[in-house]
Amino acid sequence: MAANLPTQAQVQGGAGVTEPGISHDEHAHHDEHHEQSFLQKYIFSTDHKVIAKQFLITGIIWAIIGGTLSSLFRLQLGWPESTFEWLSPFLGKWIEAGKLNPEFYLALVTMHGTIMVFFVLTAGLSGTFSNFLIPLQIGARDMASGFMNMLSYWFFFASSVVMFVSLFLETGPASAGWTIYPPLSALPQAIPGSGAGQTFWLVSMALFIVSQLLGGVNYITTVINLRTQGMSMSKLPLTIWAFFLTAILGLLSFPVLFSAALLLIFDRSFGTSFFLSDIYIAGQALPNTGGSPILFQHLFWFLGHPEVYIVIMPAMGMVSEILATNARKPIFGYRAMIGSLLGISLLSFIVWAHHMFVTGMNPFLGSVFMFLTLIIAVPSAVKTFNWLATLWRGNIRFTSAMLFSIGFVSLFIAGGLTGIVLGNAALDIQMHNTYFVVAHFHLVMGSSAFFGLFAGVYHWFPKMFGRMLDEKLGYVHFWLTFLGVYLVFLPMHYVGIAGFPRRYYAWTGFDSFSQFADLNKFISAAAIIAFFAQFVFIFNFFYSIFRGRRATENPWNSTTLEWTTPVVPGHGNWPGAIPAVHRWPYDYSKPGAAEDFIPQHIPYSQTQSSNLPYEKEME
Amino acid sequence: MTTLGILLVLVLLLVVFGLLFRLQILTSIFSGSSTREVGVSNRVNAILFIIFLVVGGAAFAWSFVDNYDKMNPPIASVHGHATERMFWTTMIILGIVFTLTQILLFVYSYKYQHKEGRRAFFFPHNNKIEVIWTLIPAIVMAGLVFAGWKEWTRITGPAPKDAVVVEVMGKQFNWLVRYPGRDQKLGVVNYRLIDATNEFGFDLSDQNGIDDFVAPEIHVPKGHPVLLKIRSRDVLHAVYMPHFRVQMYAVPGMPTKFWFTPTMTTDEMRAQTGNPKFTYELACNQICGRGHFAMKLNIVVDEPDDYVAWFAQQKSFSAQNPDVLASFKQKSNKLVEKATTPAAAAVVPATAKASL
Repeated sequence: MAANLPTQAQVQGGAGVTEPGISHDEHAHHDEHHEQSFLQKYIFSTDHKVIAKQFLITGIIWAIIGGTLSSLFRLQLGWPESTFEWLSPFLGKWIEAGKLNPEFYLALVTMHGTIMVFFVLTAGLSGTFSNFLIPLQIGARDMASGFMNMLSYWFFFASSVVMFVSLFLETGPASAGWTIYPPLSALPQAIPGSGAGQTFWLVSMALFIVSQLLGGVNYITTVINLRTQGMSMSKLPLTIWAFFLTAILGLLSFPVLFSAALLLIFDRSFGTSFFLSDIYIAGQALPNTGGSPILFQHLFWFLGHPEVYIVIMPAMGMVSEILATNARKPIFGYRAMIGSLLGISLLSFIVWAHHMFVTGMNPFLGSVFMFLTLIIAVPSAVKTFNWLATLWRGNIRFTSAMLFSIGFVSLFIAGGLTGIVLGNAALDIQMHNTYFVVAHFHLVMGSSAFFGLFAGVYHWFPKMFGRMLDEKLGYVHFWLTFLGVYLVFLPMHYVGIAGFPRRYYAWTGFDSFSQFADLNKFISAAAIIAFFAQFVFIFNFFYSIFRGRRATENPWNSTTLEWTTPVVPGHGNWPGAIPAVHRWPYDYSKPGAAEDFIPQHIPYSQTQSSNLPYEKEME
Repeated sequence: MTTLGILLVLVLLLVVFGLLFRLQILTSIFSGSSTREVGVSNRVNAILFIIFLVVGGAAFAWSFVDNYDKMNPPIASVHGHATERMFWTTMIILGIVFTLTQILLFVYSYKYQHKEGRRAFFFPHNNKIEVIWTLIPAIVMAGLVFAGWKEWTRITGPAPKDAVVVEVMGKQFNWLVRYPGRDQKLGVVNYRLIDATNEFGFDLSDQNGIDDFVAPEIHVPKGHPVLLKIRSRDVLHAVYMPHFRVQMYAVPGMPTKFWFTPTMTTDEMRAQTGNPKFTYELACNQICGRGHFAMKLNIVVDEPDDYVAWFAQQKSFSAQNPDVLASFKQKSNKLVEKATTPAAAAVVPATAKASL
């Protein structure tokens, strides 16, 4: 592995890159070492592209697991009176006399959330595309540290193994909700999942955070130091800006979750009282006093809120890129797009307590956080308008990636708007922890981020595997999913407005929550169908890796640097010198140009007919 | 046998899909559409977006209207009516934005679909419209924040001095209710004193607690402010009373509170909804374990006179449990242990102050 490291160490300075001699030498040196064993090439690889694929495939496996869990609990919610004896071959003792165990129901909800938020939409999404695209789009041969990058994946893998094993524990996996609020998560007496299951959860998350930090440091360093000649920050594709800021968010917020997890471990195992106080449980008064469960919530949401932007910002970046490419138009308001990403990143750190309006926190704090929370709607609105303006008077090609990007914008609007209700403390009194919240965040961060992920996979699959995904299957996948998401989550708002609490095993015990039995059946059916529609994608993905139509170098006529590499770029990405960059990434349909796109590495001297007045000087 | 049959059908279905998929690929190769950059499917997708907008929009509107009554259970508190108005005003604003942006998104997608020979309009930015569409959401937000902030401070402000005080304590998996007796003062409780009889952990050496009584459900008078004092004795719970628009966590070690004014008695609500069994319910709304979904408490809103009558009938905890009272008398006679109880008593108000 060490032998691979000098590769990018030598190439990093922009100056070195432009001198072809040096790069070629380096390349020769590079090839020598390319006779790698299977293990080095595909398993313990330091190549960012292989690591990206590892993240992607692990993420897909997690998504299938996470989706299966949601189908299971939607069965319970849709048909609370039915027996599920037929599930007992899979769930074993968790089916008691045909009924799903209520504690296992909570475990399903908890693990669905944990898996989807962290393992799929953080590691699977940002892990895949930050790794894949950062070096390729900024013109670097690899990440700043390929070895750390490899470690990042393997920590994620270890964390995945621990979390996966926890699903099969005797006492069940963690069951205190994905937010693991103590004291419930601290006391095995309160729920069996808070025994070994919660320990595994905490260990797994600790490993996961290490993985995120290793990755994040690498992404930031790479973007700052390894940009090719001419690639100033103001010429970066919006994808890179999004990944860069996402990594910064992760680097600053994940350690806080780590500390929260650590303190919780102390409370659980070493008798401290950070989060525990005045508890009488299972016939016994505990000795803990002076702790505050609310403190945990502050620590958790200090990560938890930036986390939702960690999930959504990479999707925003990729969608911006794909919309521009397929509308054959520059992204509208490139600088405003960067500015709004910066605004969102900054604000995301000071809105966390809007998850806590009714926890007993001082109401004055609630006022402050309401104010800050509603400000964050402004940069989000700017982004939406800019996406719409990008489509306006475009010449749109509906590739599968484009469909998912348009779907992303639609879902982001639908889910984002209801955030304005929830950010209003006075309205949150009623809406807090109801299905209105569930519908809101599943649209705005769950489904939207998934759509960003799908868009990214459809768009960059040719560069990943040298083959194309089947477009027709892509269309089928998109329409089923798009329809499915709306059918699930729009009616869920009605259930929420009526005040149905989340994390309920059944609502049948309450007269207040009895009016939507049919609607809940409908939501469950739609959710399960939408889940099965994902197998169209999974088939397409694995089939196309081996049998898909062969791709060309630049199948979408895109402007960014990754499309200047060979069909299947090797370790080092460019066989010759790394191209230098001369222009911004969105020269689509420029008046006077021969083609409807001018790649970033084409100098102005070659495009005299299309240069704008201020570009003439740079010819 | 049937399972086998179902499996066989599934496998055959998959085979059929697989064959169809291959067929589709082969026809697209023969028809040459696989090499064309932008084919018929572009037009199909554009049309599907318009269909999605029209049919989907209509279905949404229909289902919304159809479910409108069900999603609006009756409201029975003063601030509840105010937040309800704010909620639907906000929703109307959001609905307008939602409709406009979704229409633009899908109509643009249809209208600007690929056409041979046309070139997209090179339009990288325009500062003027960007400033406009930054300012408009900012102004709308400012309005919403201001309205929300005003309402929020009113709701969370101090309760009127004459408010009826009720204490609710969450535990796995039910709610306990306590009223201050005639002295209108809740006595000290201490979680270390909890046992099967003394579920609240009454410290009866405190005189204020002698006339406190517990109740199986909450009774409150109509038209009178009610101050809920909320605590938990094990894990987090949340007091959620959807008809009153009340929600507040129950936190072990940190008492919380919420005050509201009920506007309709249970009987009035039964008459209004035409449901003779209508009951105001209190639900737990913070995951707390196995019985979370069944942690229910009934609330009865009485006419003020009925409330007073009900209140007068209640027997204090100490009177109902003379053994417990006696054990405290013994202790205080010993005098030695005095040190612990005032300490515990001091802790509770101190934390209460810190939290609220």
